[in-house]
Amino acid sequence: MATIFEKELTDLKGMVLKLGSMVEKAISDSIKSLVERNSKLGADVIDKDPQVNALDVGIDEECIRLIALRQPRAGDLRLITTAMKITTDLERIGDLAVDVSERALELNEEPQLKPYIDIPRMAEIAQGMVRDALDAFVKRDSALAREVLVRDDLVDNLNWQVFNELLFFMIQDPKTVSRAVKITYVSKYIERIADHATNIAEMVVYLVEGKIIRHMALPEDTKKK
Amino acid sequence: MVKELKAEVKKLNFYYGSLHALKEINLPIERRKVTALIGPSGCGKTTFLRCFNRMHDLYPHNRYEGEITLYPDNINIISPEIDPIEIRMQISMVFQKPNPFPKSIYENVAYGLRVRGVSKRAVLDEKVEKSLRGAALWDEVKDRLNHLAFDLSGGQQQRLCIARALATDPRILLFDEPTSALDPTATSKIEELIIQLKDEVTIIIVTHNMQQAARVSDYTAFMYLGEIVEYDKTDRIFTAPSNKLTEEYITGRFG
Repeated sequence: MATIFEKELTDLKGMVLKLGSMVEKAISDSIKSLVERNSKLGADVIDKDPQVNALDVGIDEECIRLIALRQPRAGDLRLITTAMKITTDLERIGDLAVDVSERALELNEEPQLKPYIDIPRMAEIAQGMVRDALDAFVKRDSALAREVLVRDDLVDNLNWQVFNELLFFMIQDPKTVSRAVKITYVSKYIERIADHATNIAEMVVYLVEGKIIRHMALPEDTKKK
Repeated sequence: MVKELKAEVKKLNFYYGSLHALKEINLPIERRKVTALIGPSGCGKTTFLRCFNRMHDLYPHNRYEGEITLYPDNINIISPEIDPIEIRMQISMVFQKPNPFPKSIYENVAYGLRVRGVSKRAVLDEKVEKSLRGAALWDEVKDRLNHLAFDLSGGQQQRLCIARALATDPRILLFDEPTSALDPTATSKIEELIIQLKDEVTIIIVTHNMQQAARVSDYTAFMYLGEIVEYDKTDRIFTAPSNKLTEEYITGRFG
């Protein structure tokens, strides 16, 4: 039979997952808003951000309460500290989705500079990283978490590709600069989302294995996969 | 960093008659550190602690096997050739409940020295003061050293027992749940004291209170059914133990 504390931990995981699904939707809606030139969707993402912020605070408060009252140890302690850190990253991802939406609303006011091809690809990878990192969190699956880390390079490369392509537009025709810079921003926001997903995945490795792997280069054999 | 050991337990087995209470215990005891023994009731932690000062010799049919080597002398504490009385001078024990002798505060602390044949007043005075200071009790009792020890509060009595243990300059101090009969304020005083004492002496503590082990110890050994299941740095045991049984016990999901 689950103890009261075990139930509290399950509820905490549920809160983190709820926050995760909110920001995943924010990412996909913000990108859709840009690609489909649907400003209503982008405005919704901006409007819903306070809900993300409120849940972020709620999770922090719950973690602090559990630490104070339950004195968690070992795996329980790692779960609660991981939840606190993951939440911060998720909230930042939410903010980045708001940033994407704001640029989308601005870009949607002007003629489209070019068809968006790499941006949705990047966003899809970044969103998949967030989803899998959270999946790894719930299942305590460090292999899946490590697999997320590898994907960060794909997003970084696409970000460079987008930048170089837009640079070419700007050199060719200065009238494109304003729009091109905004699209570069969007690309950079998505690249940051992938970085936050990486942070989450690193915390999951800590949760499962008790090892802090932040700020360490990936071993070569992992990169080749 | 190479550990400096004060003692080392090697293949220790202990029997209460036919009951095999401790099984093949191996454990390093690092010098001037606090080692905590934790585990469920009946796991053998107190039995193990008592081996260190030969308390089991008080009863017949008890039998030790293996070694507890005391460094730097390299003597085997549990060898029958070693005098248990001398061992108890060097390895003192503080018990669960304060157990001062029905004597004055002064005589409680001086007792071990008198047993050793020390009778010079100046030597005794100096040792008593030093030990009471060491046990963080001097300021509270210096004006009433000739009062009966029972006049002190429970927490003070326990610190008196610590002073009594310190008076013979022990190499190792053993604590058997030293705060289980004390309130939180007295408990935190004893815990602070344990942390201070390790500048001078090596400490082994048995505790049921896991938070206490976490607060005071440098190393923790988790025992179960007479065996050491896991031994590691305390921060490791409490954040990421390697053994599943340790994890279950530490997180309160045991049994």
